[in-house]
Amino acid sequence: MSTADGYAASRDTQEGRVYTVTGGDWDDLLASDPISEERMVVNLGPQHPSTHGVLRLVVEIEGETVTNTRLVIGYLHTGIEKNAEFRNWTQGTTFVTRADYLAPLFSETAYCLGVEKLLGITAPRRAQVIRTMLMEVNRVSSHWVALATGGMELGALTGMTNGFRARERCLDVLELVTGLRMNHAFVRPGGLAQDLPEEAPAAIATWCDEMEKEVAGLDRLLTGQPIWIRRLKDVGYLDTAGCLALGVTGPLLRATGLPWDLRKTEPYGVYDEIDFDVVTHPDCDSWARYLVRLDEMRESVRIVRQCLDLLEPGPVMVDDPKIGWPAQLSLGSDGMGNSLEHVRKIMGQSMEALIHHFKLVTEGFRVPVGQVYTAVESPRGELGCHVVSDGGTRPFRVHLREPSFINLQSAPVLCEGGLIADLIAAVASIDPVMGGVDR
Amino acid sequence: MTDHTPPGAGGDQRPADPALPGPDDAGTGPVRHGMFGVSGSGDTSGFGGLVRPTWTVPAAERPYGGYFDEVVDALAEGYPDFAVAVRKVEVDRGELTLHLAREHLVGLCATLRDDPALRFELCSSVSGVDYLGTPERLHSVYHLTSMTYRRRIRLEVAVPVGDPHVPSVTGVYPTADWQEREAYDMFGIVYDGHPGLTRILMPDDWDGFPQRKDYPLGGIPVEFKGATIPPPDERRAYR
Repeated sequence: MSTADGYAASRDTQEGRVYTVTGGDWDDLLASDPISEERMVVNLGPQHPSTHGVLRLVVEIEGETVTNTRLVIGYLHTGIEKNAEFRNWTQGTTFVTRADYLAPLFSETAYCLGVEKLLGITAPRRAQVIRTMLMEVNRVSSHWVALATGGMELGALTGMTNGFRARERCLDVLELVTGLRMNHAFVRPGGLAQDLPEEAPAAIATWCDEMEKEVAGLDRLLTGQPIWIRRLKDVGYLDTAGCLALGVTGPLLRATGLPWDLRKTEPYGVYDEIDFDVVTHPDCDSWARYLVRLDEMRESVRIVRQCLDLLEPGPVMVDDPKIGWPAQLSLGSDGMGNSLEHVRKIMGQSMEALIHHFKLVTEGFRVPVGQVYTAVESPRGELGCHVVSDGGTRPFRVHLREPSFINLQSAPVLCEGGLIADLIAAVASIDPVMGGVDR
Repeated sequence: MTDHTPPGAGGDQRPADPALPGPDDAGTGPVRHGMFGVSGSGDTSGFGGLVRPTWTVPAAERPYGGYFDEVVDALAEGYPDFAVAVRKVEVDRGELTLHLAREHLVGLCATLRDDPALRFELCSSVSGVDYLGTPERLHSVYHLTSMTYRRRIRLEVAVPVGDPHVPSVTGVYPTADWQEREAYDMFGIVYDGHPGLTRILMPDDWDGFPQRKDYPLGGIPVEFKGATIPPPDERRAYR
């Protein structure tokens, strides 16, 4: 309403009178010009803490009831898929890791599994175990953000502070192992960028204990909380048939009681050797999704503990000098690092190693013609990677089937007919990450 | 990696040199010249004279291996026009691809979803691919998942750039809504019958389709010197 703070005043348009309300001035608006109609079109976002990133919601409301919801996305589009076509296959992993920034290791793994399938190679066992373990650490950290931001949006601020505190511990582990807190580019076609540092297994074991405490703490804080229960129960209902029609996977689908989890149905990595349960809940609402995420974190810690036991010494990159990037580099503060020992070897002792190093870094390797689709179970559902090669040193096409993008389509179904306050709870329960949605 | 595919399903049916064109069609990839992406300059390496022919994955022959025979048989039984609808069956790296005639796409999808022997309930992914240099260069690729049988197949529809129309599968798989909008946004594939085919990731008033292979990329002007850093597709690079 006011123009003093830099916002436009109300104005007349063909569609009717448009008001600008910036918060705290509803009384002014209603006093000066009572809205005659109950039907209003309200814009939420793109910059709004309750829209989970730069998501814009255009909501038609009648009184407090949402009658129509449209989502506007693309504010975070960075052309990751196009960019990847102009860098070599190994560099592709640095692009896809930036798509879903809360679960970067999943995009990397899906992409690398695709490239490996095209090449006809399999990463060594130690690399598979470490991938599996780090993905589960990453799943926990991603679920912490889902619960923390979801709590924040509903006013449970202690849930937020506790969640981010716990996530910080997850990022510490990932930083110790990969050198970076996010955008790791740690999983590479053929294996991993480096081996685990010596102190990592002990640090991860400590992390497991801490996470069990943190999860139990959040459980105690929120699960029995009457306000939390009433904000989530029966909000954002979507059943199995709705999920399948809309392509919704992940915790949303498991919260309808269907135990569909690619870790069980199409095991990759070492999931087929690990004992864990697929968490489901029959209620189909935001409350069920909260419980599924909470219990999935416990299962993830269980998986990480078993992966620690499966760790055996061995290489972390395929033994093929034409494909395997040097993986024995030390770790620098920028996550890249250099190894005096490796440099001494290639410069002083092995001309072949020097040639391979030079060719791999400047030219990269060639991948035989063809296309594959590989999928992993990311914290948000089926994360697929459609990789096409024309036989060159660069990807011909990389498409990420991002679960955030697909799941977000269900937002109108979850919200319409409910109250506008429940819209926030429903969108939060989808847990969309805009980096993944817009890519 | 995924252990639901028995060994021998694909892979072994590839020719010795996959870069050579198959016997049955004109190929799906462009003919490529040179190695460093430069022409007319002082490329004395000789690599500039290299010519790589178009490439294609050859049609698979029976038995396809694994569950692929069952799927194709059930589809042929459930969809009467199967012989004209499916132009080519490909089995490569343990994945089944059916190349379809576009007018049969929706009917085939409905059969794939509803036939009790097929039950592809989930449309996992819809994406576009631009095979520049071939007559039908725009491909719309669908990845379907059967949760009942734990199977995956790929459907592919190719259209020429002058007539980029593909029927929308949103009636069968509502999840294709945003994915078809994305493929339209990036490749200009027009999905007929889509409820609201508008741009989704790019701004509404954007010109052109950015993920087409002939979409021009931007260079970066260098301050003071009057030079520019050429766009990535014009730089000297290994191809």
